[in-house]
Amino acid sequence: MTHAKARPLFDPEIVGPAIGASFKKLNPAHLWKNPVMFVTEIGAAITTLELIFNRGGGGFIFVLQITLWLWFTVLFANFAEAMAEGRGKAHADALRKSRGKTVARKLARDGTTTTVPAETLRKGDVFVVVAHEAISADGDIIAGAATVDESAITGESAPVIREAGGDRSAVTGGTTVLSDEITVRVTANPGESFMDRMIDLIEGAKRQRTPNEIALSILLSTLTMIFLIVCFTFKPFAIYTSSYAGEAINLAVTVAVLIALLVCLIPTTIGGLLSAIGIAGIDRMVQKNVLAMSGRAVEAAGDVDVLLLDKTGTITLGNRRAVEFLTAPGVSERELAEAAQLCSLADETPEGRSIVVLAKEQYNMRAIERHNIPRATFVPFSAQTRMSGIDIDGRSVRKGAADSVRAWVGHDFSNEMADAIDRISRSGGTPLVVAETPHVLGVVHLKDVVKGGLPERFTRFRAMGISTIMITGDNPLPAAALAKEAGVDDFLAQATPEDKLALIRKEQRAGHLVAMTGDGTNDAPALAQADVGVAMNTGTQAAKEAGNMVDLDSNPTKLIEVVEIGKQLLMTRGALTTFSVANDVAKYFAIIPAVLVAAFPQIAPLNVMRLGTPASAILSAVIFNAVIIISLVPLALRGVKFRPLAAAVVLRQNLLVYGLGGLIVPFFGIKFIDVLVHNVLHLA
Amino acid sequence: MTAVSWMQLLLILGAVVLMTKPLGVYLVHVLDPEEEGGTFLEPVMGPVERLIYRVLRVQPSRGQTWIQYTVSVLTFSALTAVVTYVLLRLQDKLPLNPQNLPAVTPHLAFNTAVSFVTNTNWQSYGGESTMSYFSQMVALVMHHFFSAAAGIAIAAALVRGIARTRGKTIGNFWRDMTRLILHLLLPLALVYAVFLVWTGDPQNFMPYSVLTTVDQSTAASATEAAQETIAQGPIASMISIKMIGTNGGGYMNANSAHPFENANALGNYVQMVIFIWIASALTYYLGRMVRNQRHGWAVWSAMFAVMLAGILVCWYAETAGNPLVHAAGVAVAPGNMEGKEVRFGVFNSATWAAMTTATTCGAVNSMHDSFTPLGGLVPLINMQLGEVIFGGVGSGLYGMLVFVFVAIFIAGLMIGRTPEYLGKKIEARDVKLASLFVLVTCFAVLVPTAWASVSDWGMAGLNNNGPRGLGEILYYFSSASGNNGSAFAGLTTNTPWYNTLGGIVILVGRYFMIIPVLALAGSLVQKRAVAQSAGSFPVSGGTFVVLLVSTILIVGALTFFPVLALSPVVEHFLMHGGSMTF
Repeated sequence: MTHAKARPLFDPEIVGPAIGASFKKLNPAHLWKNPVMFVTEIGAAITTLELIFNRGGGGFIFVLQITLWLWFTVLFANFAEAMAEGRGKAHADALRKSRGKTVARKLARDGTTTTVPAETLRKGDVFVVVAHEAISADGDIIAGAATVDESAITGESAPVIREAGGDRSAVTGGTTVLSDEITVRVTANPGESFMDRMIDLIEGAKRQRTPNEIALSILLSTLTMIFLIVCFTFKPFAIYTSSYAGEAINLAVTVAVLIALLVCLIPTTIGGLLSAIGIAGIDRMVQKNVLAMSGRAVEAAGDVDVLLLDKTGTITLGNRRAVEFLTAPGVSERELAEAAQLCSLADETPEGRSIVVLAKEQYNMRAIERHNIPRATFVPFSAQTRMSGIDIDGRSVRKGAADSVRAWVGHDFSNEMADAIDRISRSGGTPLVVAETPHVLGVVHLKDVVKGGLPERFTRFRAMGISTIMITGDNPLPAAALAKEAGVDDFLAQATPEDKLALIRKEQRAGHLVAMTGDGTNDAPALAQADVGVAMNTGTQAAKEAGNMVDLDSNPTKLIEVVEIGKQLLMTRGALTTFSVANDVAKYFAIIPAVLVAAFPQIAPLNVMRLGTPASAILSAVIFNAVIIISLVPLALRGVKFRPLAAAVVLRQNLLVYGLGGLIVPFFGIKFIDVLVHNVLHLA
Repeated sequence: MTAVSWMQLLLILGAVVLMTKPLGVYLVHVLDPEEEGGTFLEPVMGPVERLIYRVLRVQPSRGQTWIQYTVSVLTFSALTAVVTYVLLRLQDKLPLNPQNLPAVTPHLAFNTAVSFVTNTNWQSYGGESTMSYFSQMVALVMHHFFSAAAGIAIAAALVRGIARTRGKTIGNFWRDMTRLILHLLLPLALVYAVFLVWTGDPQNFMPYSVLTTVDQSTAASATEAAQETIAQGPIASMISIKMIGTNGGGYMNANSAHPFENANALGNYVQMVIFIWIASALTYYLGRMVRNQRHGWAVWSAMFAVMLAGILVCWYAETAGNPLVHAAGVAVAPGNMEGKEVRFGVFNSATWAAMTTATTCGAVNSMHDSFTPLGGLVPLINMQLGEVIFGGVGSGLYGMLVFVFVAIFIAGLMIGRTPEYLGKKIEARDVKLASLFVLVTCFAVLVPTAWASVSDWGMAGLNNNGPRGLGEILYYFSSASGNNGSAFAGLTTNTPWYNTLGGIVILVGRYFMIIPVLALAGSLVQKRAVAQSAGSFPVSGGTFVVLLVSTILIVGALTFFPVLALSPVVEHFLMHGGSMTF
C-alpha cells in the first residue's frame, strides 16, 4: 500500500499561495458564511475607522496595535483554511496532471472507430483502448481483458487485471492499459467522472458543510450573539458607573476596548479553524487512499458502531498456512514432515510454500532445491486429481484432499486419521492428507491466517463500543472457530448478499450504524444500505456508485482506518470547541480588571495575572487570541491524537487536555505575551 | 460558621437526599401511570379525575404533539391569568373581604396576574393591605397550583421526548395538569398546611385584630391609645402550596420573615426542604423514565454541587460581615445581621437566600439587599444561571436539560462521534432550540438592566447609587427573567416603566423558554435512539458532572461577569478597601 506522498505540514509550495489566499478571503462576501470571523472582521474595520477618523480616540499607538492584531486574527483564520485547501489542491493538481489531454477511439454501432477528444465522450458511448493507451473515461469493460496501471489514482505500481463481466470490469478514466485490448462502455459524463468528483472534493471546491458542522456553526453564532449583548451592554454599565465613580471608567471603555473584549470572547479559535478541520479530515482520507464522496460520509464513519468485515482478504490473508503435522500410527513426525516437504517442493502455491517452511522450522529440514533432484517427476495439482506430489527413486508421495487420497491409496483411513481429519475440519482448518503408497503418513493442518494485529485491534474496538461481525461463505462451524480466533464479536456464516442486506437492516433497526466493504455488483444494495459503504476500487461500477467511499487500494482492512479518521475528525472539532470556550475565563480576567482599575484601584487583586498595564493586558489578550489560531493550525490539519478507548476514558482525557488545558494555558500565554509586550518591547 | 450551623446544613441537605427517590418514584406513578401503575390515591382521586375529564371534554389517553401541547399550555395560562385579573378587579364586590379592601388597580392587577401565572410571584403590593381573603385563596392560590403543575408538566413532556423513540406525542397537558394537582399538589398541600397550622401559622377568616399595645410610648396622643393591627386570615393554606410549588408569593408583605408565614426554627427548616423537594425528585423521575438512574443522579449532583457552593459562599460572606461595620464597633452580633430576622440569624438567612434563588421559590426570610456584596452575589448568580440549580418545579429540570444538551454538544464531539444524548443525536434543529433558550436569559437580563441603568426612569427608582444601585436593577431583571420573584428591595419598581418592562421580561423568561423546550421535546420524540455502548457519551459519573457544572458556569455565569464586576464584585473590593458604599 503506497500512500499519497506525505507532505511536510508547512510545505513552502503550499504556504506561499495560502498567504496570498488569506488576503483574498478577507472579502466580506466570502467571510460572512463564517459568522464568528465575520464579526471579527467588522470589529477590525471599526477600529480601523476609529484610527483614521478619530486618531484612536487618544491612544493612537494602542488602537493601532489592537487594529493590526484584529486583522491578523482574521488573516490567521483565513490562512488555516487556505492551508487546508492548498494541501487538497496540491493532491488534486497531481491527479489532474496525470490525466493530461487524451483522445479516445470511439466505437460506432457499425463497428468502425473514430478518434475523438476524450471530453466529448458521453454516458453510453463505447470506445476501444489498446496497450499503452490511457483510458479516456470511467466505464465498464464490455469485451476483452487487460492489465491496467492504476498508479495515477492509487499510487500502487503493480498493474491490476480488468476484464469484461464479473466484479472486476470497472475501469477509471486516467489510468493506463499496459497490455491487451478492451472495449469500454462509458458510465460517466465528462466532469462527473470518478476523477472529476475526486478532484472537486479534494480541492474543497464543492465542499458542502456537514450536518454536524452546521449544528456547530449555530452554537458558535449563538455564543457570538451572547457576547455581542455582553459587550454592547457593558458601555451603559460603564456610563452608569461613571455617574458616581468619575469619568475614568467611561473613558476606559472605548470602542477599541469593547471590540477587543468582544473578539476575545467570541469563539474565534474554533470559528477560525472549523472549515480547515473539515477539509483536512477529507484530505487525511485521501492520504490513506480512501475517497469519501462527501464530508458527511467521513462524519458518519466516526459514528459507526458495527463493522461488517468479509472474512477473506479482510480478516484473513487470502491463503492458508500449514501449522501442524499430525502423524498416522507408527509414523514419526519427522518422516511425515519429510514426505510433506518432498511433495511440496514443486508446489509454488502459498499453501505449498508454507508446508516447506513449517518443516524447516520444526525439524530444521533444509529444503532440497528442485534442480538438485533431477530424477524426480513432479505431479502438479489438478482439479481432477485434487492432489499434487512427486515420484522419486520409486517412491510415490502425494498430498491432497482426504477423499482423493483415500481413493489413491485404495483403503479407508485408520480411526485415528479419520478423527484427526474431522477435528481439523471442525476447527475451520483444511486437512491435507499425505500418503506414500500404500501408507497414509499423516495429515497437514492448513489454517486460515488471521492478519497480524487484528485481534488486538478488535479488542480495542470493543472497548470503544464498536462491534465487529465477520461475513463468510464458510459453514457455521469453521466460521465460529475462526471468529473466535480473530476476536470478532459475531459472524454471519454461509452468507449471501441478501443475508448481508438483511443483517444491516436488522442492526440499523436496533439503533446501530453500520459500515461495510464490498466490491461485487451484488454487494451494491448492502453498500447503499450501510451507513458507511466502502467500495473497493477494483470492484464494479455499481458497487462504487452504491457506496459512499471508495478505497483506491482495495484493501478491505482499511475500513478500520476509515472509522478512525472519522472519529479523529469529530474529536478535533470537539477538542478545539472546548478549548475555545474554556479560553474565555482567562480573557475575562485579563480584560475586565484592566478596564476597571483606573476607576477602582482597589480591584487590583482581580488582576490575577499581574499584567503590566491596562493597555498591555488588553493587547496581550488580543494577541493571544490571534496567535492561538495560528499555533493550532497544525493540530487542526493533523487532527488530535486518536486513542482507541472507551468513550468515558476518551472524554476524561480530552476534557483534561482541552478543557482544563483551555482554562489554564491562556493564563500563562497572556502573561507571557504581556511580559514581552510590556517589559521587553515596551509597546504598551 | 458554627458546628450547630454545620449540623443544620447537614440536616437540610440530608433530608433532600433521602426524600428525592420516594417522591421521584411517586412522580412516575402520577405522570405516567402506564409505566408502573397509578398512585395509591387512585381510588379516591380516580372518580374526581374522570369527572374533570368529562367536564373539560378531554380524552386523557390521547397524546398531544408538541404543538398541541404548547397551544394547551398557552391557552390555559392566558385564560387563568384573565380570571385572576378579573377577580382582583372585582375584589370589592366579592365575598370574604372582612377588611373591605378596595378593588385592585388595573395596573397592579395585570402585573400580579402575569407574575403569578408564570410562577414568578413578584409582588408589587403588600398582601395583607391589598388582597382580600377571597383574592388570596382563589385568585392567587389557584396559580400556586396551576403554575407549579404546568412547570412539572412541561418538564415531564421534555423527559418523555427524551425517553420515547420514533413517536409523535409527548403526553396530554390536560391529563398531566389534572393528575399533578389531584395526586400530588393537593394532597401534599393539605398535609403540609396542617403541619403549618401546628407550627403556628394562622388559618381563619376573622377580621384583622386590633390590639392596644403594651408599650404606649408611640401613642399619637394621650386620649388615643397606641394600637396595632394584626393581619391574619387563611395563611397556612397559602403558605403550604407557596413552598411546595416554588411559588414564593406569600401572604404578608414581609413574606417568610413574618412569624405567621414562618413560625419557628422547625418551620423554617421544613420549608427549606419542602421548596426544593419536587425539583430534586424530578431528577429521579428523569432517571427512571430514561431507564438510566445514574444519569438522574448525575444531573442531581450537578445541581447539588452548585447549590452547595452558593450556600457556602453566601454563608461565609454573611458570617464575615462588613469590616467597616465591625471597625466602627456598632455591630451587636457576629456577622452581618442587617436585614435579618434575629430568630433565624446568619446561617438560616444565608442558606435560605441561596436556596430560594437556586430554586425559583423566591420567598425570602431576610432582606437580600442588606447582604454583603459577596453574599448578595450568590442569589444573583443563582438566578442568572437560568434557574437551573434545582430551579422551579419543572422549570429547573427542563432548563438544566437544555444545559445538558449544550454541554454534550460542546464536549460530546471529543469522543469522536456526532453528539448524542441518551442515544438521541443532537442535530442542528436541537442546537438551535437550545441556543434560543440560553440566549433568552442573557438578553432578558442584560438589555433591560443596561437600559434602566442609563435612563432617567431607571435611575429614578434607585435608593442607592454606586455599585449597589446597579446590583439592585440587575437583581430585579434577573429575578423577573428567572421567574424567581424574590426582591433585592432598595429599588422602587412600582412605577409604570419598571412594572411594564418587568412584566415583559417575566413573560419572556417563562414562555420564550417553554416554547423552545416543548419544540425540543417534539424534535427528540421523533428520533430513533442509537444503541448504547461503551462508545456512547457517558451521561453519568464524575466527568459528566464536572462537564455539566463547567458548562453552566462558563456559558451561563461568565456572560454576566462584566456587569457583576461593576456591581457586587467592585463593591466587595471597595468595602474591603475601606470605602463605604451602601
